[in-house]
Amino acid sequence: MSTSTPIQALDETTVPQKRSLPVFDPLLLLAALGLAACSVVTLRAAAGRSLAERQGFYALVGVIVALAIGRIDYSRLREFKLGFYAVMVALNLIVYGMPPIQAAHRWIPLPFLEFQSSEFGKILVILALAGFVVDRSRKLHERRTTARIMLLALVAALLVIPQPDLGTGMVYVAIGITVLFFAGTSFRQLAGLAALFAVAVAIVLAGAPALGVHVVKGYQVQRLTAFLHPGHAGQSGYQLQQSQIAIGAGQKTGQGANASQTKLNFLPVKSTDFVFASVGETFGFAGAAVVLSLYALLIWRALRILTMSKNLFGTLIAGGILAMLMFQTFVNVGMTIGIAPITGVPLPLMSYGGSSVIVTFISIGLLESIYIQGVTAQSGKGRPLLS
Amino acid sequence: MIDPPGDRRPPLTPQLALRVAVAGSVALALFAVIFFRLWFLQVLSGTQYVNAAKVNRVRDIAINAPRGDILDRNGAVLVDSTKELAVQIVPAELPVPVNTDDVLKVPRRDAIVYNRLAGVVGMPTRRTRCPVPMPPPSCTTTQCPKSTVTRLSAIGCQVAQQVARLPYADVTVKSPVSRAVQFYLAERQLAFPGVAVQQIYVTGYPQHTLAAQALGTVGPISPGELHARAYRGATRNSIVGQTGLEAEYDAFLRGTPGIQKVQVNADGQPTGSLSTTAPVSGHDLQLSLDAALQRVGQRSLAESISQNDGAGGAFVAMNPTDGEVYGMGSEPSFDPSIFTKPLSDAAYAKLNSAAAGQPVVNRAIQGAGPTGSTFKPITATAALQSGDWTTTDTYDDTGQFCVGTGAAGQCRHNAGHAVDGVLALPDAIRVSSDDFFYNLGAKLNVDPTAHPTGGPLQQWARAFGIGRATGIDLPGGLTGTLPTPRWRQSRNRLEQECDDATGPFKGKPKHPPGGCGIADGTNRPWSIGDNISLAVGQGDVQVSPLQLAVAYAALANGGTIVRPHLGLSVQDQDGTVLQRIDPPPSRHISIDPLYLDTIREGLREATSQAGGTSYDVMGKFHQQVYGKTGTAQYFSAQDAETDYAWYACFVPATATSKPIVVVVWVEKGGFGDVGAAPVARQILSQWFYGKPGPYVAGSSTSL
Repeated sequence: MSTSTPIQALDETTVPQKRSLPVFDPLLLLAALGLAACSVVTLRAAAGRSLAERQGFYALVGVIVALAIGRIDYSRLREFKLGFYAVMVALNLIVYGMPPIQAAHRWIPLPFLEFQSSEFGKILVILALAGFVVDRSRKLHERRTTARIMLLALVAALLVIPQPDLGTGMVYVAIGITVLFFAGTSFRQLAGLAALFAVAVAIVLAGAPALGVHVVKGYQVQRLTAFLHPGHAGQSGYQLQQSQIAIGAGQKTGQGANASQTKLNFLPVKSTDFVFASVGETFGFAGAAVVLSLYALLIWRALRILTMSKNLFGTLIAGGILAMLMFQTFVNVGMTIGIAPITGVPLPLMSYGGSSVIVTFISIGLLESIYIQGVTAQSGKGRPLLS
Repeated sequence: MIDPPGDRRPPLTPQLALRVAVAGSVALALFAVIFFRLWFLQVLSGTQYVNAAKVNRVRDIAINAPRGDILDRNGAVLVDSTKELAVQIVPAELPVPVNTDDVLKVPRRDAIVYNRLAGVVGMPTRRTRCPVPMPPPSCTTTQCPKSTVTRLSAIGCQVAQQVARLPYADVTVKSPVSRAVQFYLAERQLAFPGVAVQQIYVTGYPQHTLAAQALGTVGPISPGELHARAYRGATRNSIVGQTGLEAEYDAFLRGTPGIQKVQVNADGQPTGSLSTTAPVSGHDLQLSLDAALQRVGQRSLAESISQNDGAGGAFVAMNPTDGEVYGMGSEPSFDPSIFTKPLSDAAYAKLNSAAAGQPVVNRAIQGAGPTGSTFKPITATAALQSGDWTTTDTYDDTGQFCVGTGAAGQCRHNAGHAVDGVLALPDAIRVSSDDFFYNLGAKLNVDPTAHPTGGPLQQWARAFGIGRATGIDLPGGLTGTLPTPRWRQSRNRLEQECDDATGPFKGKPKHPPGGCGIADGTNRPWSIGDNISLAVGQGDVQVSPLQLAVAYAALANGGTIVRPHLGLSVQDQDGTVLQRIDPPPSRHISIDPLYLDTIREGLREATSQAGGTSYDVMGKFHQQVYGKTGTAQYFSAQDAETDYAWYACFVPATATSKPIVVVVWVEKGGFGDVGAAPVARQILSQWFYGKPGPYVAGSSTSL
């Protein structure tokens, strides 16, 4: 704040008021902390103390990071958009040179964390795409803009899909579409995108294999379609069945310590992808409802903050984060209850995993930053607060 | 701070508001769907999923019940069930779990465990021939052989054989093993994955070879038996009776397997026991068998076989009044405990081989042959009852008996060309005059076309149980053969079909006429000679020692055909009788008491008067023994003529409070008085005086 402008004078007049303003969105932070707590409690019950403690540690790191990010003005990040994209590309390429874990190249081994590039890539993609869209905000009606943004999202997705990480690739695409959606791209172009997407899916799942080209691996196709015919799709059908048995067996209040599906490992990847089934069996409908309510709170706050942004960049970042949170929540929960395809997307803040937890908290921090900047700008401009 | 111009925007345009509303609605709708689905899964169908989870984690493991004991009539233990430690392989817990579809391949990491274990329990690691009861994996047609021969180490072979037969069940590699082995393996669990030392019940035979064939053997249930009625209630890893009394009374002896409900994790590994239903051990079976008499009988029989260079033999000692079997032995014998462990093919083949005397065959019921002169009392009964002979009729035995005249005529003579002179029926039995009974056989012959089932001789023989099942409580008994005109016809037909390779012999090589040896020559009709042979127990008649014992019991008791039985009662562990085994007699045949007395007179004189066929063996025995020797002439390709020694005798209820009938049969044992009577004497001595007494070899050369 070195320049002397009338705005600065305005700032001076609001300084006493500013102290009384909330420094962050308490509901957003409450939702995030609540989910982190639910995660620790669930992991403690399902997978034991050590995993729960590590998850708690990641959440603690995440909260600190979120509060720190909330303090900086996200608007400055816009100029680094190209850098973000480049770092995203680099991180997602480095993993191919890393030793595989269970035949997958997704992680960079760090001393305290298996660094999952594609997770951090989500935030970088959001920031980069938001930046690119803001640059072309005057040409949003042009098809070229839509095409370029989607191309950037697709390139990112194609980098992670062969790791293999189909779920995160789909998150990248969802982020691209949502950013365009909130930027104001015409419904016509969005409809065109949807049509293209449908055709692409048809080609990948049905057309290409018929010609002998397997874009996605066979097991991925099987996982994607397993929920359509449960019990008949090998390993994926088995996972789906066990997950539904676990959730159903939870009944109203849960099996608690007798959650056999979870405790005896019938539930596959019970602490990561299928953690919601662990919640369902251990704590029943009541527990699942609490968790879902916290997600509802989280998504409501993200939408609210999106509307409060002081600028388009903030709106689009919030839109991207919203896309990420909604996509992961609904696809993951839908998968465990048998109404959505099996895709390896983690349940935000609930699934065990440092990268996912920290990335989600970074996005919470960004939302807080948008909130604080928005509130500050509103009050500075003398406009009434919207909430 | 100044935002770049392009980024400035009003806080909420109508357009953005619309899109936020759209996004919010989508989120709301999806949350609604998820909540409804959760409600459906957890609240509406929760119970169903609770059950599904239970099915997931609970496995039933059958615990074999200890089999009931088998006791003799005085309570001595013949078969018991003992606990012992066994080294077992748990196929699913090996480093590489056994692939039930291809047990022939032993993964290297499993082989390492096997070899390490072989060193501990002292088994060979060398690969030897190993037949596995499964079709070769390469074979895809329906014509696959039932087993595949491969080369495996001893432990690998046992695992392959047993997993092929019974997938998932634990494989017993060695038992018993010492506590030391148990501790050694327990302390090195990591070095022996898939190896467990467990307590198992093993059927024990404290009396070893005693009554082995009658007691029978036990073994793991086969897939076919699992669905058989007789084995209802058995589980896949049940040990069931396979032969003898163990098979006959399996339902009582087997007990009820216990069920251990085990919680397993997703890998199928037990994580805890939920509940255990204890196995209920089987009931005990008390036999009418007298262990001491049995032991004396077997020892004496073995001595006779060795003295007379016999091939094998059998004896039956029975109560003539109620059919309780006091002793039933067959020599050579075997120790049934070998069937409680995996048995090598060679050992199994040996138990069934002719060279080893077929120890597993219970000759008392599964051996049958012509009875020789022991048949004569039956002929006598037929002749007297039919009126073809009277108690006062006599026959002049000139040492030769001829039928027919000229070229069709044929003459037979007594053994040793004896000339016995004028004989009434009792005399003829005493000296065992063949000519006398040849004459009766000729008199009793009837027109074969008018009487295809034979005349009085066949009727009475059938009434005494010749050619009929005895109804004893043992599986596998032979019914034998009673020659009749119709029987001869059927043999001729079979011979014809065999010679021509038609009917059941289709596809087999042809033979010259009569070349199959099924019938005597080609299409020879029933002749008077057949009846003459039958009258003296020679020729085609086939009788088992037990059948003969039943017939002599009828002579002893006055015409009741008893149903012989070894089982006396089924008891629980405390000795409380749950069920008595007391089968009613098969039938009663009506014989004139005067005729019976006449025949008995002959049988008594045969043992007690000088000139009697078994006088030199039985003459000094202080009981009223009624006995008849028999020497069956048996023709076979190798031996021009061999004599099978028989002796049948009884002490009736009128003479003692402990009536008994004894039949002894020694294959290739020579004359009845030489090979068989001494064994009967020792059995009787044991029965009446509690000691076998001397082995008195006879010297009579009567048939």
